[in-house]
Amino acid sequence: MNRHLISAADLSKQDALLVLDTAEELARVADRPIKKLPTLRGRTVVNLFFEDSTRTRISFEAAAKRLSADVINFAVKGSSVTKGESLKDTALTLEAMGADAVVVRHSASGAPHRLAGWVRGSVINAGDGAHEHPTQALLDAFTIRRRFGRGSGEALDGLRVSIVGDVLHSRVARSNVWLLHLLGAEVALVAPPTLLPIAIDDWPCSVSYDLGAALPKSDVVMMLRIQQERMNAAYFPSVREYSRRYGLDTARLRQLPDEAIVMHPGPMNRGVEIAAEVADSPRSTIVEQVANGVSVRMAVLYLLLGGLEAAQ
Amino acid sequence: MAHAAHPPGGQPGTGGDGVTAPGHGGQGGTPAPALQATPKTVLEAAEIHRALTRIAHEIIERTRGAEQVVLLGIPTRGVPLAARLADRITQVEGRPLPHGSLDITMYRDDLRLRPARGLGPTKVPAEGIDGKTVVLVDDVLYSGRTVRAALDALNDLGRPLAVQLAVLVDRGHRELPIRADYVGKNLPTSQREVVRVLLTETDGEDAVLLEPVGDTARPRRGGVTGRKR
Repeated sequence: MNRHLISAADLSKQDALLVLDTAEELARVADRPIKKLPTLRGRTVVNLFFEDSTRTRISFEAAAKRLSADVINFAVKGSSVTKGESLKDTALTLEAMGADAVVVRHSASGAPHRLAGWVRGSVINAGDGAHEHPTQALLDAFTIRRRFGRGSGEALDGLRVSIVGDVLHSRVARSNVWLLHLLGAEVALVAPPTLLPIAIDDWPCSVSYDLGAALPKSDVVMMLRIQQERMNAAYFPSVREYSRRYGLDTARLRQLPDEAIVMHPGPMNRGVEIAAEVADSPRSTIVEQVANGVSVRMAVLYLLLGGLEAAQ
Repeated sequence: MAHAAHPPGGQPGTGGDGVTAPGHGGQGGTPAPALQATPKTVLEAAEIHRALTRIAHEIIERTRGAEQVVLLGIPTRGVPLAARLADRITQVEGRPLPHGSLDITMYRDDLRLRPARGLGPTKVPAEGIDGKTVVLVDDVLYSGRTVRAALDALNDLGRPLAVQLAVLVDRGHRELPIRADYVGKNLPTSQREVVRVLLTETDGEDAVLLEPVGDTARPRRGGVTGRKR
């Protein structure tokens, strides 16, 4: 595994399975009376979030603390960034403070990659623009593997995953396409043509515009959030119309095979891409995804920071 | 990452319970090619069988019927050994004995000397370890550092009444004040030698081998399973 985790596409199948298998063991720590391991004692993890986040930041913080690392949360609001400090100067400041890992979220695609060139510690991408969010993809793969009863060492061969909605603005979709394909799943993207990126033909997945046709052929449906904050053009006529054609409601839920599960990376727009009853149904893994996120991020932090510093 | 080689130059005081031969990075059982000298068999299958039977009886005797005993094997090879001991005690006492596994990777004191490695399973029996006599089971006792890590790991799982240690081979060269309560065989070794334990469950056969390390090789002291020493 590399020293940094910038993109799911950088992972080999062996690396990805190592993360999932490690997470499987670490998940048991959550069931113990003492939910803490001494492994990263004396290491410092900086959460550097240039964009708002609830679950990812808290999840990384919980993961680092369960491994006994010291955590510094760097919120951009109230920091020198609002005075005009550049990413590089911020990075050098963190470097001088001795950060062993920097967990970074930034609105610009590629920011974590740039950061990795400036700091000595490991850089973990917690979402950059519309590019990637690799730990989300890892936790989604972990959740799918668990829900379908597959254990350590097993991949996702033969499972059909449909990723539905705002693919254009979604870093979650991008990371998932690469990772799930790597793990042997068949990935299909379902979205209105306006919400698909150009050059989609190069992605290792199929594309369709018809949710109704895709559902009976899906073991996993992953609903994406409509990212209104990133929409600078009219991608669809109205939210109501989008919801009618691409939202997952109870009627559509019944079109799924019996074993199929419904995922959402959160935060949800209830009533837009996913109906409230679907989000709260037993098929939904949304709460599990959050719990699994801590285990997967513990695995990533351990594998990047737990060993020899020069581990490559 | 988990399968990369050692850092160069065996760090003083970090040696471990030699389990596999030098240069053998995986956890599986493929025997490493003999270096310059052929390995010597120090325990054969029948002797391992007898040693385990004796240890089982000693555990029953020392714990007065093994009523509150939980056996925890340290991965990789301590786990099948714990299962075998549990079987034997069950045969004698006529009731099932709880047993499981305790991975110590996250508690090791040499994590930063090697690339991060994958984890072994930790499976504690449902009844837990509080108030029980926990017998830790491992294949080779060497520096004692694995056992120290295991004691730390136990501490986070509960508060046993007592902790004891059973090992198939004690090869000496302790670096910590730790001793075994039950020993299959005391094996005087040189630190240049490597003790390899093979078990049917992990390696396809039962044997304990002693391999002299070629003298041109730097002293790589065990732990070559990539996960424990």
